[in-house]
Amino acid sequence: MPQSFPQDSVGIVTPQTIRFDQPLALACGRQLDSYELIIETYGTLNADASNAILVCHALSGNHHLAGYHSEEESKPGWWDSAIGPGKPIDTNIFFVIGLNNLGGCHGSTGPQSINPETGKPFGPDFPIMTVPDWVESQARLADHFGIQQWAAVVGGSLGGMQALQWAINYPQRLRHCLIIAAAPKLSAQNIAFNEVARQAITRDPDFNNGHFYENGKVPKTGLMLARMLGHITYLSDDGMREKFGRELREGKISYDFNPQFEVESYLRYQGERFSTAFDANTYLLMTKALDYFDPAAEYGHNLNDAVRNALCKFMVIAFTSDWRFSPERSREIVDALVAAEKKVSYAEVDSDHGHDAFLIPNPRYMDIYSAYMKQVANDIPATGKENN
Amino acid sequence: MRADLEIIQEWITPGSKVLDLGCGNGELLTFLQQQKQITGYGVEVDHDNITACIEKGVNVIEKNIDEGLASIDDSSFDTVIMTQALQVMYRPDQIVDEMLRIGKECIVTFPNFGHWRARGYLAFRGRMPVSKFLPYTWYNTPNIHFCTFKDFEQLCVERNIHILDRTVVDNEHKHHWSIRLWPNMLGEIAIYRITR
Repeated sequence: MPQSFPQDSVGIVTPQTIRFDQPLALACGRQLDSYELIIETYGTLNADASNAILVCHALSGNHHLAGYHSEEESKPGWWDSAIGPGKPIDTNIFFVIGLNNLGGCHGSTGPQSINPETGKPFGPDFPIMTVPDWVESQARLADHFGIQQWAAVVGGSLGGMQALQWAINYPQRLRHCLIIAAAPKLSAQNIAFNEVARQAITRDPDFNNGHFYENGKVPKTGLMLARMLGHITYLSDDGMREKFGRELREGKISYDFNPQFEVESYLRYQGERFSTAFDANTYLLMTKALDYFDPAAEYGHNLNDAVRNALCKFMVIAFTSDWRFSPERSREIVDALVAAEKKVSYAEVDSDHGHDAFLIPNPRYMDIYSAYMKQVANDIPATGKENN
Repeated sequence: MRADLEIIQEWITPGSKVLDLGCGNGELLTFLQQQKQITGYGVEVDHDNITACIEKGVNVIEKNIDEGLASIDDSSFDTVIMTQALQVMYRPDQIVDEMLRIGKECIVTFPNFGHWRARGYLAFRGRMPVSKFLPYTWYNTPNIHFCTFKDFEQLCVERNIHILDRTVVDNEHKHHWSIRLWPNMLGEIAIYRITR
């Protein structure tokens, strides 16, 4: 329990829920007649709404980016290392919005929400969401705040994909785009891992074809397996060796199937914790959004053409030991941006934290992040700075 | 600004597209952006230099040039520049070929190993030259492919590379009349503008 929050923390934060009544047409052909987005904001929006940063979350993320919901909360928001006074996304300068995407399980409209047509939770009937759908919903969130143009759209992993989609779909509406530990589309191997995770969930007897809310049971085993698998892909071989090695919990082999290696009990702990905290239908939706992400598809599968209309400046960051979305994948984005003559910088940060590295502060990563955000701050129009 | 960069900037057409291989802290690109309204990118591997570029608003791509430039299309830059880095390349000849493929024109600068001081050092001391300008010893030097002006020009002949301009300067980047007279002996840095 933090007795007092660190100086560079945004401190106690309170989420808010915004309702949208204008129907949202979705890529799958269906629509949401109305929906709610839960968000958190940090910092102050300036008079001409030109200092706003949108932070998009990854697969299991949410709107709680930074700070604490209460004095009792033991851990701050998921990107607290990067957001706060004096941090790379400096809340003394920027107004930051984090949201839980549609289909999520942290307060925005999703599978757990009541379907107005049936009076029951949507469950598996919640429409499949895509990255462009999310960007559309985020654009309406910008409208709600009177934000014509984001100072930057920022995201890691699936969040970085949303940032890239923003640059393609709404070129006029962002000045900077930060794409961290992402890829321009998933590889067959990425999709394969997602499919194993989905199978683990859907084959859990408690999944009940997604209608598990009624039974009062959740597909814990399936979600746990999905998370354990996912977790392995977020770490690196070196990182796991460093963290767990072949350490035994009891100091010796017991010749049975109980967890004996530290890595086994770690994965079980992570999986179990996740299985009670996350919604199985949301997990399925998020993995599908990842699988379907392919902004080049609409441009004859040519990524250069997909990014050609972008107007913002780009910062792309990858991590050396990330094998889920390796540096090669980030370089595909960079190569396309260079070929399309866009303003882009690229850095490849040494880390043995694998894909998770984008969430873990590392001196070089934070230096680059801060240096780029200074540019973002410099590009806030002078009128906005005066009014701030 | 570094004096060799001062000479190079005269060869850059306003509004053109420039790639600076081994762009350092982005000094030249910043100058060219401000004074000549160029667009383009720097390529760099040094971490501090990359951060310095990002801070200045210079587009910088982290990349080891030795791994090649295959992802860049033919003739996609008006000028490709490489200052004082040719001698640290694993295969300088291949890099020059690649530069000429992706750039319509290239500017290359490198230290002249045929300078009289280097010659004297080796001739009289029998050891690899170490100087204020080239301060490394043989075992820790990043400069693995030294050449002289004559060597470079021989490469240009063999590879059918046209030398559009050549400037030879001493290490204070002054062109003295004597350097023009006897460049391979008296010039310390060569600045070449080449095309194919």
